[in-house]
Amino acid sequence: MNNNIGSIAIRVDDLSFHYGDKNVLQHVTMEIKKGSFLGLVGPNGSGKSTLIKCILGLQKPQEGHVFLFGEKVNKFNDWDKVGYVSQKANSFNTAFPATAFEVVSMGLFGKVGLFRFLKASDKNKVWEALRSVKMDQYAHQNIGELSGGQQQRIFIARALVSDPELLILDEPTVGVDTESSDSFYKMLKELHRENNMTLVLVTHDVGVMTNYVTDVACLNKQIHFHGNTKEFEESSSENMSAFYGHHVHVLHHDHGHE
Amino acid sequence: MSIFEFFQALFQYEFLQKALFTSVVVGIICGIVGCFIILRGMALMGDAISHAVLPGVAISYMLGINFFFGAVITGVLTAIGIGYVSQNSRIKHDMAIGIMFTSMFAVGIVIITMMKSSADLYHILFGNVLAVRMSDMWITLGIGVLVIGLVVLFYKELLVSTFDPTMAQSYGLPNKWIHYCLMAVLTMVTVASLQTVGIVLVVAMLITPAATAYLLTNRLSVMIYLSALIGVISSVFGLYFSFTYNLASGATIVLVSAFLFALAFFFSPSQGIVWKAHKSRKNRLELLEK
Repeated sequence: MNNNIGSIAIRVDDLSFHYGDKNVLQHVTMEIKKGSFLGLVGPNGSGKSTLIKCILGLQKPQEGHVFLFGEKVNKFNDWDKVGYVSQKANSFNTAFPATAFEVVSMGLFGKVGLFRFLKASDKNKVWEALRSVKMDQYAHQNIGELSGGQQQRIFIARALVSDPELLILDEPTVGVDTESSDSFYKMLKELHRENNMTLVLVTHDVGVMTNYVTDVACLNKQIHFHGNTKEFEESSSENMSAFYGHHVHVLHHDHGHE
Repeated sequence: MSIFEFFQALFQYEFLQKALFTSVVVGIICGIVGCFIILRGMALMGDAISHAVLPGVAISYMLGINFFFGAVITGVLTAIGIGYVSQNSRIKHDMAIGIMFTSMFAVGIVIITMMKSSADLYHILFGNVLAVRMSDMWITLGIGVLVIGLVVLFYKELLVSTFDPTMAQSYGLPNKWIHYCLMAVLTMVTVASLQTVGIVLVVAMLITPAATAYLLTNRLSVMIYLSALIGVISSVFGLYFSFTYNLASGATIVLVSAFLFALAFFFSPSQGIVWKAHKSRKNRLELLEK
């Protein structure tokens, strides 16, 4: 194990979590390699978001451990390396008086530290992040005036602005129309390819996702499958039916990407 | 009395200078703190904490100590109590607020009545800015400097935790502590405003100027400056009306701020009702022409 520790971004070790007597996660063990683009799929209530919260140290599991870049999550201090985009619906205050630019610059606060303010080079970084999600022309719009898909891009930019090595997205396309979610996935793929970033995408949208990710993990309280996309597609029908409890055809969407 | 005569009186009477200075400081800090209160959806909480200060003030009077200490203690205790009740029962947050602050307020009224000085009670509840003493002025100034300092130092933290609490948590910001610190600041602001607007109407100074500024801008930093400015304008004109017509200063200050809110509500360039109606009428006419 020790010889490959440098190549692992996230290690989850025999993790169990329950709310009261309701089991949410049972003995989850997985390793996510640096530079991979993992799609974490599972039906509603399968514990996807809870697993992500445990990985980020927002929830404490009753059993097991999480390691980020080889460090136990409760001792992990390098939060600049980790970007997180949460489910839109339960998070931010839409009526907040802030422009898209200001929202993105909030992503730098961890780095800037207490008692300090943004410098010119920080502002350049904000512009760069806005350009990478193709939202620079909306920089001075109020965040509440943007569409759901555009807001989600701004939140990605906020996560990207501190140059994270790991980006975790929890159901980023919920409430976003199909067309924008397609271009959204394309953008993620580009980001992954260009920046050699580790990406974890949580979704229940199995079909579209397989066109973009390198690895797939299926979670329903336990890990049912974890491998690369090819292996997943070869075994997907049986996997899916065992997994969702009924027969599921995985639809393949081809959008002419390489 | 004209404004001119008011200014003349201002140069003549020291009590009026103290009153003006205190009201201006109160206008500024209420305006600033109010922005965070309304953006965090805590208007009701602001009302609750300001009322819950009363027993602390009463007990401080009884013990002969500065009411600042008693007020902060009962204010923060009430905030903790509200959190405790709503987290440990099926009682919702707004119910807990309603129960806790009215009880605290009632305790305060009983204590003050037993002390048999109803004049004091009237002033604590409704403000009497013209009777501001030197020591009150210094307390208000001290609280003002402290509050502005805290907001400047922790602006980023306040901004993130107000805008997106989940995000703040994932940055490792202690949301709970920020909440309770804000509650402590709220009690201090209430104490600072005791003489000017009184306990009952403090919440108006917290919410109305901030809400007015909210209608006028899309940026938090601008909103904070505007809100402070509106607070100051309300305080100065409120003081003028209070002095001229011998009215309770709390009431006149709040009325001026309510008037400014109404102006913004109807005529704000982006949010005003009048412009919106005008725009939609124009759009309809254009559609008809086509």
